[in-house]
Amino acid sequence: MATFQEFIQQNEDRDGVRFSWNVWPSSRLEATRMVVPVASLFTPLKERPDLPPIQYEPVLCSRATCRAVLNPLCQVDYKAKLWACNFCYQRNQFPPTYAGISEVNQPAELLPQFSTIEYVVQRGPQMPLSFLYVVDTCMEDEDLQALKESLQMSLSLLPPTALVGLITFGRMIQVHELGCEGISKSYVFRGTKDLNAKQLQEMLGLTKPAAPQAGRGPQGPQVPLSNRFLQPVQKVDMNLTDLLGELQRDPWPVTQGKRPLRSLGVALSIAVGLLECTFPNTGARIMTFIGGPATQGPGMVVGDELKIPIRSWHDIEKDNAKFMKKATKHYEALANRASANGHIIDIYACALDQTGLGEMKCCSNYTGGYMVMADSFNTSLFKQTFQRVFTKEVQGAFKMAFAGTLEIKTSREVKISGAIGPCVSLNAKGPCVSENEIGTGGTCQWKICGVDPSTTLAIYFEVVNQVSVCVCVCVCVCVCVCVCVWSPPSAVSAEPSERRVICKDLQRGIAVRPLNCYLSIHACTAVEEVPHRLIGSHFKKRFQAPKRISFKHNFGMRGETISTAQCFTVRSMEMQ
Amino acid sequence: MNVNQQPHMASPYGPSQPGYQGYPQAPHGGQHMAGGYPGQYPPYNGPTSAYQPGAPVPGPMCAPPTSGAPPISAPQAYGQYGGGQALNGPPPSAAPTQRPPVSQPYTPAPMNLSTPQSSYSQPFAGPPTSMQQMTNQMAGMQVGPAPPAGTAPGYAMPPNSQPPVSGTYTSTASHPSFPPTSIASPHPAAGDGVPPGPPQSYYGGPPHAQQPFPTSSAPPPAFSTASATPPAAAAPAPAVSQASQAFPGGPPHAQPQPPPQQQQQLPPFSAAGPTPPQQTPFSSGAPQAAPHPASQHLYGGPPPPQGAPQQQQQAGFPRPSPPTSQPSSSTTAAATTNSGFPGGPPQSSHPYPGVTMPQQQHSPFHSAPQLSGPLPPPPAAGGFPPQGSAPGMQGPPLQHPSMSGPPMSQANHVAPGSTQPGMPPPMGPATGGMPGPPTQPGMQGYPPQQNGAFGQMRAPQPGYPGPYPGQHPGQHPGQQNFGAPPQAPASAPPAQKRLDPDSIPSPIQVIEDDRVNKSTEPFTTGVRGQAPPLVTTNFQVKDQGNASPRFVRCTAYNVPCTSDMAKQSQVPLAAIIKPLATLPPDETPPYIVDHGESGPIRCNRCKAYMCPYMQFIEGGRRFQCGFCSCVTEVPPNYFQHLDHTGKRVDCYDRPELSMGSYEFLATVDYCKNNKLPQPPAFIFLIDVSYNAVRSGMVGIVCQELKTLLDYLPRENPDVPSAVRVGFVTYNKVLHFYNVKASLAQPQMMVVSDVADMFVPLLDGFLVNVNESRVVIESLLDQIPEMFADTRETETVFGPVIQAGLEALKAADCAGKLFVFHTSLPIAEAPGKLKNREDKKQVGTDKEKALFQPQVSFYSNLAKECVAQGCCVDLFLFPNQYVDVATLGVVPTSTGGSIYKYTYFQAQSDQERFLHDLRRDVQKPMGFDAVMRVRTSTGIRATDFFGSFYMSNTTDVELAGLDCDKTITVEFRHDDKLSEDTGALMQCAVLYTSCCGQRRLRVHNMAVNCCAQLADLYRNCETDTIINFFAKYAYRSMLNSPTKNVRDILVNQCAQILACYRKNCASPSSAGQLILPECMKLLPVYLNCVLKSDVLHPAADTSLDDRAYLRQLLSCMDASESHVFFYPRLLPLHKMDTESDALPLAIRNSEERLSKGGLYLLETGLNLFLWVGASAQQELLQNVFGTTAFGQIDPNMTCLPELDNPFSKKLRDIISAFRDQRSRYMKLMVVKQDDKLELIFKHFLVEDKNNSGGASYVDFLCHMHKEIRQLLS
Repeated sequence: MATFQEFIQQNEDRDGVRFSWNVWPSSRLEATRMVVPVASLFTPLKERPDLPPIQYEPVLCSRATCRAVLNPLCQVDYKAKLWACNFCYQRNQFPPTYAGISEVNQPAELLPQFSTIEYVVQRGPQMPLSFLYVVDTCMEDEDLQALKESLQMSLSLLPPTALVGLITFGRMIQVHELGCEGISKSYVFRGTKDLNAKQLQEMLGLTKPAAPQAGRGPQGPQVPLSNRFLQPVQKVDMNLTDLLGELQRDPWPVTQGKRPLRSLGVALSIAVGLLECTFPNTGARIMTFIGGPATQGPGMVVGDELKIPIRSWHDIEKDNAKFMKKATKHYEALANRASANGHIIDIYACALDQTGLGEMKCCSNYTGGYMVMADSFNTSLFKQTFQRVFTKEVQGAFKMAFAGTLEIKTSREVKISGAIGPCVSLNAKGPCVSENEIGTGGTCQWKICGVDPSTTLAIYFEVVNQVSVCVCVCVCVCVCVCVCVWSPPSAVSAEPSERRVICKDLQRGIAVRPLNCYLSIHACTAVEEVPHRLIGSHFKKRFQAPKRISFKHNFGMRGETISTAQCFTVRSMEMQ
Repeated sequence: MNVNQQPHMASPYGPSQPGYQGYPQAPHGGQHMAGGYPGQYPPYNGPTSAYQPGAPVPGPMCAPPTSGAPPISAPQAYGQYGGGQALNGPPPSAAPTQRPPVSQPYTPAPMNLSTPQSSYSQPFAGPPTSMQQMTNQMAGMQVGPAPPAGTAPGYAMPPNSQPPVSGTYTSTASHPSFPPTSIASPHPAAGDGVPPGPPQSYYGGPPHAQQPFPTSSAPPPAFSTASATPPAAAAPAPAVSQASQAFPGGPPHAQPQPPPQQQQQLPPFSAAGPTPPQQTPFSSGAPQAAPHPASQHLYGGPPPPQGAPQQQQQAGFPRPSPPTSQPSSSTTAAATTNSGFPGGPPQSSHPYPGVTMPQQQHSPFHSAPQLSGPLPPPPAAGGFPPQGSAPGMQGPPLQHPSMSGPPMSQANHVAPGSTQPGMPPPMGPATGGMPGPPTQPGMQGYPPQQNGAFGQMRAPQPGYPGPYPGQHPGQHPGQQNFGAPPQAPASAPPAQKRLDPDSIPSPIQVIEDDRVNKSTEPFTTGVRGQAPPLVTTNFQVKDQGNASPRFVRCTAYNVPCTSDMAKQSQVPLAAIIKPLATLPPDETPPYIVDHGESGPIRCNRCKAYMCPYMQFIEGGRRFQCGFCSCVTEVPPNYFQHLDHTGKRVDCYDRPELSMGSYEFLATVDYCKNNKLPQPPAFIFLIDVSYNAVRSGMVGIVCQELKTLLDYLPRENPDVPSAVRVGFVTYNKVLHFYNVKASLAQPQMMVVSDVADMFVPLLDGFLVNVNESRVVIESLLDQIPEMFADTRETETVFGPVIQAGLEALKAADCAGKLFVFHTSLPIAEAPGKLKNREDKKQVGTDKEKALFQPQVSFYSNLAKECVAQGCCVDLFLFPNQYVDVATLGVVPTSTGGSIYKYTYFQAQSDQERFLHDLRRDVQKPMGFDAVMRVRTSTGIRATDFFGSFYMSNTTDVELAGLDCDKTITVEFRHDDKLSEDTGALMQCAVLYTSCCGQRRLRVHNMAVNCCAQLADLYRNCETDTIINFFAKYAYRSMLNSPTKNVRDILVNQCAQILACYRKNCASPSSAGQLILPECMKLLPVYLNCVLKSDVLHPAADTSLDDRAYLRQLLSCMDASESHVFFYPRLLPLHKMDTESDALPLAIRNSEERLSKGGLYLLETGLNLFLWVGASAQQELLQNVFGTTAFGQIDPNMTCLPELDNPFSKKLRDIISAFRDQRSRYMKLMVVKQDDKLELIFKHFLVEDKNNSGGASYVDFLCHMHKEIRQLLS
């Protein structure tokens, strides 16, 4: 802790948060003059092998509008067994379990080195974890074969109790029923007609169980943990392997001069709808594997006539892409639905030509899913990337978390302008929400459906006009459902997931003079923050890149930036 | 009837036997008679007596009746009919005589044509042959009533027969007959000899009769010959036989036998030669002249005539009986025509044993010839009973009168039912009394008498209306009639008895006659204008240029030349076409002709295909189209030189130049999209909802399909079928199955998006059975398991058909869907239906809406199906209302069938369902067919009935066309036709065979054109007409209230018959019902149509059943519709286990069931085995394996297999019946007085039914009334 820089570095390593200014300007005017906004890059799940999860519930501020978590920055009166909220200054009693608290016997959350702390929350029913494969069958046999193998392999990587489902599509969409003996069943939908969740529910015959269950009482809740389409891996392992093995290329003839009809839009819609009506607000991952652009139905990116090429960057720029808007709207709507239920959409696009990721990017953006682009499913790029999705920590837990909620609290000196990253707004207004939006603003809570240790969001702050106090505090509360390990023998084995709350408590000083700010600037943060804004600006045009930071630099940093957010390849960038 | 009867009566009576005799005599007298016919009456009177003697002759004629003796044998042979047929020869003569008898014969004869005669003569001229005079029936009727006298019976019989003969024959064959008659003169001679007999008979009554018979027998031959002339060979031969038979049986059998004979004979007569034979009778009728007197007497006062009549009658009787037999037919006819009535009443009154006489007369009357058939029988049966009344007869003269009164009354009554009947009865009696004498005399006299009778009749008739409804009327009329004749009182009672059912035309008789006459020789189609044998007859067909009747049957084989004539007659001109009918093994299926790449050779203008009617000209370089007369060049590769007759040299080498039916190989030009078709596909769509699973249907279907799939239709038995198969199950959603051979297990694909149906897979849905056998079997094993626990009760239907359609579209082939469905489709989907069954609307004007589809969805769907060649067969297993009217739209528009198994239960209905399914899957069929009917200039096809779709006015489009489907085409004039060229029709069906070959089947039909209405009536087919009427009516139900439809039917038939009466029958009293020979069954069949569940539902008939039957009928051919409307009822206890022959059917009336009997009833849809409460133990033991009536299980659906000849034969019969029909008939065992009996009784169509359907007798009366109204 020799220098300020070292101090900052230490904090960053500990909390996974990096600010653009480590000393903040004291007024709005100054902040404006400084061009680079007060912002931070958050990596909610930054890996902390040294951090033991705490097995009890966090203590919350009793003020209904606050509900801040007890943290090291709070004033504590050990005699009176009281603590004062550092945001609203509400004085709170410690709960009875804290009776033995004293200066020498502090709970972990009060220790300064636990500015980031992770609680394991026992509340609520256990939530199942689902993996739904959505597989395109309109591809070359070689590709399909490689994909089938990858998928079969992935089954062995999933936690045995996790639910798994399979949807295949080509001209039609097939939702496969799993665990059937003697005959393989699937529900088939045509690729040109979109269905809402209710229709889908009826068509899949998923409405019936509800009624009888209500009356059945205790056993009720158990039943929904699986259904005909989503079943525990351990149960349908063999069945699914066979099913994947028998998967054939889409049998419908493709006449010369045509593209195969690929009903991606509806397939995705059905996948979203299926999870939406069966497992809302639980962790689920829709993994989409596509071998080309959607060519029919809602969400189509290009028609099936080969003589009409797929839209190019120029077409998009000139607003000349015929299907662009409609398709984008379709996928955006899907992404919103998925994120509202906490489900992730991954897209693995392998084709030599474009596959329409431009229209679909919000699926990944909103839900925190992966977007992977490669030339073929038979390349190691795809195979290894896909495999890495299932990598685990040392303890065996997956390096992925689901259905997270990000909440940010600030002290009165700063307000929250918004966030840019794989999140959607939860529209939670509060005293600390700024009226100036940057990225996804107007809220202090966001939903991050998919989080992994590298997921990073940019959070933008606004300095309130007159700041007299020289200390500001911001607190992030991150609620995540994490995948639990299936490997450890002792582990919570039966349950595929558990809910955790991660709190990060951060504190930065206010500079009396702007110079101090400049001294504290973190170049990398400033630069990293730009691509985030660029991503955000693509659909929220209100943001312009700061002039003083060169784009070349920006692109030079791309690799790192992307790794923290999504796996973008060069080509997907082109479509911005 | 009445009318005829009356007249007939007169004649019959008088004429009938006397008539015959008389005729002969008359003729003798001659020809005098002839001339005199008119005069006859007068002469008759005179003659009567004389005739009576003559009568004897008739007696001989009767001899045939004598056959009565043989009867036993003969009768049996004849069966009911048998006799008649055998007698044919004779009977015919008799019959002919009957009709013609009076009128024509006489007329011609010119002799006495005196007034009455004149009238007769006319009738004769016209009607003679064709006419079956109801009178005969009437006569028969009377007979019934008449005198039952034991003695009388015998006599009666004869007389009846005789009378009829005279009457009938006269009328039709009349002229010829007469000549015969004249020839008959010999008869007279015989008669003379006989006469004594008769007289004796009169006196002695019966005995004489017998004697006469013998004598008559001798005469008969003569008659036969005479009569034969017209009928010629046939007639003669039969005559002889008859005669001989008659003779043998004659005396002894007299009563019983005679009737049979008469009946039998009569029928025959009616049939062909009849007329002539009849004439003979008539000729005898000449003698009848004498009868006339008698009749006159009658008129004047029954008494006087009575005496004479009696004698005559008696004589007649005796003779009659003989005559009857032979003349029977003729006699009947004659009787009917002529005096029947006149004589009838009086005679009957006479006592004649007259009763018997009447019978005879009746029969004669009824169908001159044919009628006789029916009539005779009646006489026998009913007649006698009536005779009972006859007792009055006893007091011969007076009694007669009285009798006549009664008879008349009865007749009338009957008649009322049908006036004629009444008449006949009178006739009967009259005849009885009148027999010899009366007959002719009657004839002549009859007029007056008849009139009187008629008058009476009429009186009754008025009542008829009432009667119609109920029997009362009949009785009243009768009473009235009787009343008329004060004498009646005594007889009245008997008279009051309704018209004797035995005396009215009997379908059984007609069928049997036709069978006996026509089943022996092959029917050759080369003769234009010739009506084929009845549908009930087994015959072989030789194609000599016209299509076999198995392919095409017409309502009329003589088409009126002008539309005015057609309108006047009201006889529908229609053809029933069964393009792909299966032929019996001994007939060659149509040859396949290949005209090479340029396709079949056709007329340039009308596009008719090369056929025998194309006339080659200019040395064979061109041909002139027989249809449009356009001249077309013969392509060089088709050129052939002509021989000296203008025929191509290779005429007989080329089927298209010498045959009526053949097939062309079609070229690619005849294919959809100019692409050769793919082999068709079969798709099985199985309902797997709760009801379907629970009833066992799903399991049964799946189990059966496993084996059935090996029997898909194929043309070459050595090559596996090219037909591919696919499977779908459904409830609220559809499940498609991928059964591709390469799969380890079948894949099920659920499509729940029923609002927008599509086929989820392409490859693997339609597969070749042999390749995918393992997967298919695995699937069929699993389907029942998979859905065993289903709780889904809702089903869809529209999307199911859409799915099949889409699958065929995707595979680009035609095909057939087999849909197994259970319930009203109420699930949310296109084509969703509501339950609209509302009993309150039945019988109202709103009823028609219930037969229309409730949504238009299915009509549109059907259109699409037809465009793709997707034929839909629907198997329904409903437990409640399923709205067949709506569900059936697609099947009936695509050439498919509907099968309905209400309250299906695996155990009891499985067999039936499986048989139907097997047959439906295996039967040969064509796909994606288009049928076009071309006609020669002057007529054109205007209307089509059947299961098909028409997008324009000429092309009948059938997605599928199987061997059981019939299309009825109606023709109308648009110009005059020429008698020289006749009218031509060519029906071409373009279709894809089951192996995927595109073919054209061509059926050609040429019919005569006639300028005389009589020709029309002589060459028409009642079965076909009824088929047409039924289809027409069933379709009209969609647009008009059912009651209107029924009225229209009745009205049209009345017009047909009235037109005949007016234009073709000999003039006679209006009270006489005269029916054309070929249409004498029209009333009874029509009544069956009117009473059918569709047009006249019973209280418990569901709407679905009606809709189902409605649609069922639309594809029936004449043989199916025949048994559908007039079920076949076999008395099994009379079955001869030694021979292969079936027992002779009996008429569908409860009266004919004997408590000790066992009967089999075939309706075409069901089989009933009726067990009498006191059936012999041995019988029960043989059939059921138990001797106790009470131990018979009424729920059994198949008979135990017992090792005794009776059981074996019965089971053979049942299975033979089943094989005959396109649908399997479930066997129901009905025990007498069991609750099931109600259902059984519903099919006894000659009886009144519970829902108010008229009995045959009542309806006949009603029809008669209608006709009279039209005539007046």
